[in-house]
Amino acid sequence: MILAAESLGLTYQTATGRLEALRGVSFAVSEGEFVAIVGPSGCGKSSLLKLIIGLEKVSAGRLKLEGAEITGPSRHVGAVYQAPVLLPWRTIAQNVMLPADVLKLPRGSSAERARALLEMAGLSEFADRYPHELSGGMQQRAGIVRALVHDPALLMMDEPFAALDAITREQMSVELQRIILASRKTVIFITHSITEATFLADRILVMSPRPGRIVAQFHNPAPRPRTLADLASPELAALAQEIRAALDLGAAPRAAA
Amino acid sequence: MSATNHAAELAVAAPRAPGRARRALGRTLETLLSFTLLVGVLEAIVRYFDIAPYVFPAPSAVARALAAGLGSGAYLGGLQVTLSEILAGFLIGSGIGVALGIAMTQIHILERLVYPYVVAIQTVPKVAIAPLMIVWFGFGIESKIVMVALTCAFPALVNTIAGMRAVDADRLALVRALCGSRWQVLRFVQLPSAMPYILAGLNTAMVLAIIGAIVAEFVGAKSGIGVLILQANFALDIAAVFALLVLLALTGILLNLALRQIEARLCFWNRRGV
Repeated sequence: MILAAESLGLTYQTATGRLEALRGVSFAVSEGEFVAIVGPSGCGKSSLLKLIIGLEKVSAGRLKLEGAEITGPSRHVGAVYQAPVLLPWRTIAQNVMLPADVLKLPRGSSAERARALLEMAGLSEFADRYPHELSGGMQQRAGIVRALVHDPALLMMDEPFAALDAITREQMSVELQRIILASRKTVIFITHSITEATFLADRILVMSPRPGRIVAQFHNPAPRPRTLADLASPELAALAQEIRAALDLGAAPRAAA
Repeated sequence: MSATNHAAELAVAAPRAPGRARRALGRTLETLLSFTLLVGVLEAIVRYFDIAPYVFPAPSAVARALAAGLGSGAYLGGLQVTLSEILAGFLIGSGIGVALGIAMTQIHILERLVYPYVVAIQTVPKVAIAPLMIVWFGFGIESKIVMVALTCAFPALVNTIAGMRAVDADRLALVRALCGSRWQVLRFVQLPSAMPYILAGLNTAMVLAIIGAIVAEFVGAKSGIGVLILQANFALDIAAVFALLVLLALTGILLNLALRQIEARLCFWNRRGV
């Protein structure tokens, strides 16, 4: 078990009062699993991400990474955000090496690993370029490579393709599947795209609107590697339909209230 | 993804500006032409209306005075003194300003305690404390360096604080999520992000440094461009005053260009603005 959440709760104290972002969230992620968390905007998905990265503290329940309670940032988690957040004064290679610099990892082996990862992401020839010289999709791929360079046990992805155009998004999903299959990483992928979730994940957790709870869980029956054409297959189409229904159901009490 | 695809993506992402060198040359010619025109018109006006040289000297007279001053070595001696004051004061003052700015954004209590005094010192006109500086540090170069440093520190400080505060929160989270220490956040993200702001502050500081040095010399000094200007003024040698002002302006332009070179090096990634 890489990650275990037990009755997780998160309440923010704001100027206007208390804001309950998460309530009673329980789930577990095993090694090598690709778990997608799907939910509407404002369901606390990003709060969950902050908890797992260690930039926010839980208000209730427990959150364990490799058996140990998460109390702050950990070198065992790599994160990819909505925006690539590359540092403009560093080349792609230097950006990718940032975790190695911060964690003071041995330079030689890290650089070797960075080279191999850039190669895998199809960015080798752009290693010495600066971020602004790359397209949005390429920048985001560099962001993924950066999250993998220190070989974390868990890769957290927070709507990583949300800022990209529809065509690039699909390409990136295919690329990500390839990179993850090659690096055999455990991934938690937060998204509001049902298509991305059904295409990429082994397991899909559906969250309700605030306060966020997990209202449904689905296993993806389709074998890997998947192609975009597989999305039209009866089993994936049915899965997407079920996720959609669960999202509607999750939203229902709020609509009634 | 294939290599050709990458090349296409790159071409879209980074269009090269065409004819940049030619445009730069055009701009230089423009500047030269307008300068020549200005000097020519001034010369014509002075000659046509027969304006007295102690009211407004002809550009040709200014040029002669400049050549004479430079030839005798008097101007270069003065320039050396004033330039030393400017550079030493600028380095000390802006160094303190930047360091204090960084410290204030890291240690909040420092900001609450120190900032009111900084503002108080800043609101006092520097001319008003120049005589005091001479009492404390003497007629020599030291009192001028202190004056220049005092004028330089504030813009450097204010811009450093602004730059450190403007850092993108996502960039900070990036290093923090990697268990980065405060020092690492500062080194890897905050300082480089703030660099364009800091250099903008240094640009302002450099302009003020020149003013500060001359004002300090006016109040009381043994040598320097300011002293030479006062002497020429008393002698009603207005052409020499203008010649010294031209020399001062050229110095300012050169110092500004040097600073821009440093900026281009340090903030090469920021050509499109912050």
